Amino acid sequence: MNNWIEALIVLVVLTNLRLLGTSRLIACIRIVAFQGILLGVLPLLFHANDLTLRVMLQAAASTFTKGVVFPWLLSRAVREADVRRELEPIIGYTSSLLIGCVLLGTALYVGWRLPLPGTASTPFMVPAALFTMMVGLFTIVARRKALTQVLGYLAMENGIYTFGLAFAEKEPLLVEMGILLDVFVAVFVMGITIYHINREFDHIDTDQLSSLKD
Amino acid sequence: MISIIHILFAVLLAPLALGVINRTKAIFAGRRGQPLLQLYWDLFKLLRKGAVYSRTTTWVFSAGPLVSLAAVLTSLLVVPFGGVRALLAFPGDLLLLAYLLGLMRFFTVIAALDTGSSFEGMGASREVTFSALAEPALLLGLAAMGRRAGSLSLSGMYSGMMPSDLVHHGGPVLILVAAAFLVVFLAENARIPIDDPDTHLELTMIHEVMALDHGGPDFAFIQYAAALKMWVLGALLIGILVPMHTGLPPLDVVAALIGMFLLAAATGVIESTMARLRILRVPQLLVAASVLSMLALVLVLD
Amino acid sequence: MITALVLIPMLSGIAAFFIGGNGFRRGLLLACAIIHSGLTVAAWAVRPVSQLGGWLCLDSLELLFLGITSLLFLVAAVYAVGYLSRETPDQRPDVEEGFLFSNAPEATFTGCLLLFLSTMTLVAAAQHFGLMWVAVEATTLASAPLIYFHRHHRSLEAAWKYLLICSVGIAIALLGNFFLVVSATMTRVSMTVPDMIRNAASLDPAWLKAAFLLLLVGYGTKMGLAPLHTWLPDAHSEAPSVISALLSGALLNCAFLAVLRIQAVCVAAGLADFSRSLLILFGLLSMGFAAVFIIGQMDYKRMLAYSSVEHMGIQALGVGIGGAASFGAILHAVNHSLTKAMLFLAAGNILAAYRTKSTAQVSGVMRLLPVTGVLWIAGFFAITGSPPFGIFISELTILKGMLDGHHVFIAILYLALLVAIFVGMTGVFLKMAHGLPNESIRRPEKRESYLAVIPPLVLGIAILILGVSIPRFLKDAIDLSIQALRMN
Repeated sequence: MNNWIEALIVLVVLTNLRLLGTSRLIACIRIVAFQGILLGVLPLLFHANDLTLRVMLQAAASTFTKGVVFPWLLSRAVREADVRRELEPIIGYTSSLLIGCVLLGTALYVGWRLPLPGTASTPFMVPAALFTMMVGLFTIVARRKALTQVLGYLAMENGIYTFGLAFAEKEPLLVEMGILLDVFVAVFVMGITIYHINREFDHIDTDQLSSLKD
Repeated sequence: MISIIHILFAVLLAPLALGVINRTKAIFAGRRGQPLLQLYWDLFKLLRKGAVYSRTTTWVFSAGPLVSLAAVLTSLLVVPFGGVRALLAFPGDLLLLAYLLGLMRFFTVIAALDTGSSFEGMGASREVTFSALAEPALLLGLAAMGRRAGSLSLSGMYSGMMPSDLVHHGGPVLILVAAAFLVVFLAENARIPIDDPDTHLELTMIHEVMALDHGGPDFAFIQYAAALKMWVLGALLIGILVPMHTGLPPLDVVAALIGMFLLAAATGVIESTMARLRILRVPQLLVAASVLSMLALVLVLD
Repeated sequence: MITALVLIPMLSGIAAFFIGGNGFRRGLLLACAIIHSGLTVAAWAVRPVSQLGGWLCLDSLELLFLGITSLLFLVAAVYAVGYLSRETPDQRPDVEEGFLFSNAPEATFTGCLLLFLSTMTLVAAAQHFGLMWVAVEATTLASAPLIYFHRHHRSLEAAWKYLLICSVGIAIALLGNFFLVVSATMTRVSMTVPDMIRNAASLDPAWLKAAFLLLLVGYGTKMGLAPLHTWLPDAHSEAPSVISALLSGALLNCAFLAVLRIQAVCVAAGLADFSRSLLILFGLLSMGFAAVFIIGQMDYKRMLAYSSVEHMGIQALGVGIGGAASFGAILHAVNHSLTKAMLFLAAGNILAAYRTKSTAQVSGVMRLLPVTGVLWIAGFFAITGSPPFGIFISELTILKGMLDGHHVFIAILYLALLVAIFVGMTGVFLKMAHGLPNESIRRPEKRESYLAVIPPLVLGIAILILGVSIPRFLKDAIDLSIQALRMN
């Protein structure tokens, strides 16, 4: 089992790097959705020997929301806004990848030095979580399109979720579902806002949102 | 003994691998294609001809092909093939391999610059840029392999591998390294999607443009050296993908040979199904390969 | 009872989305506000039993913040009814740039407003750190559509910034929550606030520190602590005034409550030095930022927003100092909420009459809108901490806490910043209130409408009472809260 978990985590890390190097918005949406599915399946592997209804329900809800609902909501926003690519990111794709390498190194350095009291099942869990969060934050900062920023937010949320997975048994079901619901509504509201931004400005570049300042 | 045989195989069969690639592409395009052994005839024909040297060139120009061929032949000594140890194996021979390939590139490039042609200068500049990006991918990948096997020699790191390693412990590492090596393989051998070996437009060439002014035996050396280089890098890749260790060295070599020709066929498929990347996108692909290698290295570090 | 407090506004909010008729919706809004405040008063009198195994509980501290929220919501609901009847549904020119825009459907406004109340109630009542996180994030989502009520590009920009910055901030708080879980893995401590305070000594200090930092950054973003406050002036200036009043008065306090709770855990775990120095740092930074932006501010709603940043800074500072200042900080939360809500409602009246947010183009409010003008001046004195208003008392208590703790340097900085802000605000407020109204402003035929004047007037009277003497029940409640948080 451990080997499969490790493989999944490597895939999660690869999706992050792919997210940093991709300009097509639809592809970005698919990458984040794939990441969501990977993370949705992960708890099943963790609890492969003691599968309970709770774990399965949780995995199903998370996989469905992140793998089906979000991509559907966001690709609808892309279609309505009629944008395909992030053409002029604030930080270019090759440099983003290199920065991604640095972030990965940082995440590993920090992740391995955190004295975790519990025993995480693989040493890559925490670094992968930190890396995913950092990539999410970086995406929010380094891209112009509102949609890419939402994807960054989702990646960040995925990273935090990965961290939570290592200690999942401590979080009660109600809170888990509440978090999932919140993220869902957040994406929903952001999707509506993107629709309005597109209608108001004829594009979804957030650096044009700059009339409010002191 | 068997190690020497494997070098003989490389020296004899390397041009055939190129023939396999061309035949695969021809089948995909619906043509009959050139004979499998076309490159051999080309080499013989070129060797029988005389060379023409421009008055502006110096000894560097004529030394380029020779040094290239010598370097790549030497590198064959340290590369293991299909579970068979290389003739030479010592800690750190992976650096020797990298530097021999670097030497080969260096001489190809300065021979190209020596002509003073602007096209060749452009090709040289691209070649250097891309291989500078491909080198970390190769070295980091080899470092990951070395760390995994606990050995600093190529033969050491390739000898302990089993086919089951790919799915069992450390599988992700090997797959990541293999993916990175595949990109390096395509980039260093000037294949699609990085470079198009069949292009006819100097502006878009990378590797081929550097050999434009060479003729006769010099050109034969360059072509032959290129075939051998593909064999060397291919051996690194199939060492991971087809790690047969049956205990019978001849059997292992046969398996690796089959692997090598399958790799050539696969390259043909890639070339037929993919389009060439825009030159601006090439660095991105190479950096991505380096990132894969780095990730693999990181995975074995803990 | 707690369930009712959360569910009634939630269900009515959902109903408001689907059941038509503006009259019905306004009635629903008022009815809900009245029932909610009635239930809150009842909860003060008879403490309700805790629910969900102690996850939802209304004790002194919770009731205090719930009380503020409920009172403000009642006042805002009355004001909103007047506001909605003034707002025409058809297109009209923007006050700043003159283009035409229309409003969001009233169903969205009322529905989200009620959901907003429900989520804020949940924040106040939630004892479980995870549940509290869920509720705080939900407040963001419920209030974002309210900021985008006027459908034009500036409010859209404000709503987007609010959504993204707060969501990212709160995501960081979620990580902090997980760190908190990690710190408690060794012992079987549940994640409820009283449990954590009781067993704080057994928590892993390194992880608790990291958790505190993340939670402070996360909830601090929501609370408007500098330098994470950037969404706040935009959202407050572009939202309808009644929404600004609720954001400033109720929402910021919800985030403050979250910060208070995690601070209590840190103090109980013996990490007071660490957490307090961070709170003091953020507090002073917020006051400093606010002072810089208040001086020379050309937009009076933005000025009020920066003043909120300042007061959130004061509250963080008070909690950071501890001792008597903790009492002052909680009292300040009450005072600031009421005062700022009153000011925003008054600002709404001014905006409706003058149709501009620029301080330079407003003068003579006292002549044109006598009641609002008086409230505006009174609010100015109240918000800058002059006697005889409530904020004076709480700011003085915090100062006393500083001097008791021998934080002389901090006290000097604190006073200097207060003076700077006073000076910065004086010119603007007095100039707006006095003088003659601009020629171009038509004198309204009617007097100011009751619905626009009574709500801020009620709040004005309340802060005056708080300034003269703190009512017994309030003092007891604050004392009990501080005991429950073990922050004395």
